[in-house]
Amino acid sequence: MSDPVQADIGLALVNILLLGILFVVALSIARIRSLFAIVMLSGVYSLVSAVWYVVVDAVDVAFTEAAVGAGMSTVVLLGAMLLTSRTVKPDKKFARLGPALVVIATGIMLIYASVDLPALGDPTSPVNTGVGLTYLQVNWADTGIPNVVTSVLGSYRGYDTLGETSVVFIAGLAVALLLGFGERSLADSIRKGDRLPTPRESEPAKDEDDAS
Amino acid sequence: MNSDHHIILRAVSKMLIPLIILYAFYVQFHGDFGPGGGFQAGIIIAVGIILYALIFGVPAAMRAVPPVFTRSLAAVGVIIYAGVGFWALFSGGNFLEYQALFHEPPGEHHGQHIGIMVIEIGVLCGVAGAMLTIFYAFAGRVAEIRDKDW
Repeated sequence: MSDPVQADIGLALVNILLLGILFVVALSIARIRSLFAIVMLSGVYSLVSAVWYVVVDAVDVAFTEAAVGAGMSTVVLLGAMLLTSRTVKPDKKFARLGPALVVIATGIMLIYASVDLPALGDPTSPVNTGVGLTYLQVNWADTGIPNVVTSVLGSYRGYDTLGETSVVFIAGLAVALLLGFGERSLADSIRKGDRLPTPRESEPAKDEDDAS
Repeated sequence: MNSDHHIILRAVSKMLIPLIILYAFYVQFHGDFGPGGGFQAGIIIAVGIILYALIFGVPAAMRAVPPVFTRSLAAVGVIIYAGVGFWALFSGGNFLEYQALFHEPPGEHHGQHIGIMVIEIGVLCGVAGAMLTIFYAFAGRVAEIRDKDW
């Protein structure tokens, strides 16, 4: 890594590899019919994008993506999947033509717009000359916290983070209310004894045979 | 629980879950110096308990961490966060103005450190509680995930 040109080529190769994996995974998600495979592949997608965020030096975002995208949302999607059927409903032959055209047109527009974007890490770009630079300059004198991300989240933007925490709380509350505190039947059964009251439990246990 | 063909999964996760929780606390209290913070730590704690639920069954997880507790934890987290705001308010500053917590002049950072640490604990409780509540709401409807269901 001593030679900067060599390092740039290595970084470019890593970028191409990671974005290529993302592309393949996204295509597979669109093609596959099994919901379980789709949920797992979306976890893979999050994990690979987390790695890519590390490559572009957004470590905090990568951390959050790995924890939320690959860990939490995969589990929640799995739980939701268990409540529904296991495969996607097959759709008509040309029903997806319209959405495909919209997606392709949007993609072309985005690629056209990306030509005007400043280069990654460009010191004269608006991101690096505006409020971001100010935070970097005044942070140490204001808060004395080395990680600027934490001080921006907790101190400068404390209201926003309070709002985000409330949003997470409200989301949990909303899910619990919508699903009717679905754990109540289970909690009752736990209190009475270790038996589960579900109709499935009354079937004879034949897990070992079904596993094959 | 009656079948033991998941014995390797159980042995490995028994070893991993304490490490996952410990790592969450590292992320929590190291957030001032490196990547991480209350949000990520809360998710990691929730994921550790969810792993327990997936391996040992949701009823076992609900005995260890009752749903009532997760619901209350989410609310308590938001109260802790907002409480810091009111603490600053009653100390004579603006809402969430950490500098006012200990009546410090600009340049001293004790209040900033304490304030951010307490609100991060609030975020940790709020996120972990809310995530576990969501998980229980979904998983509580399917008593036991059998191998056939995959």
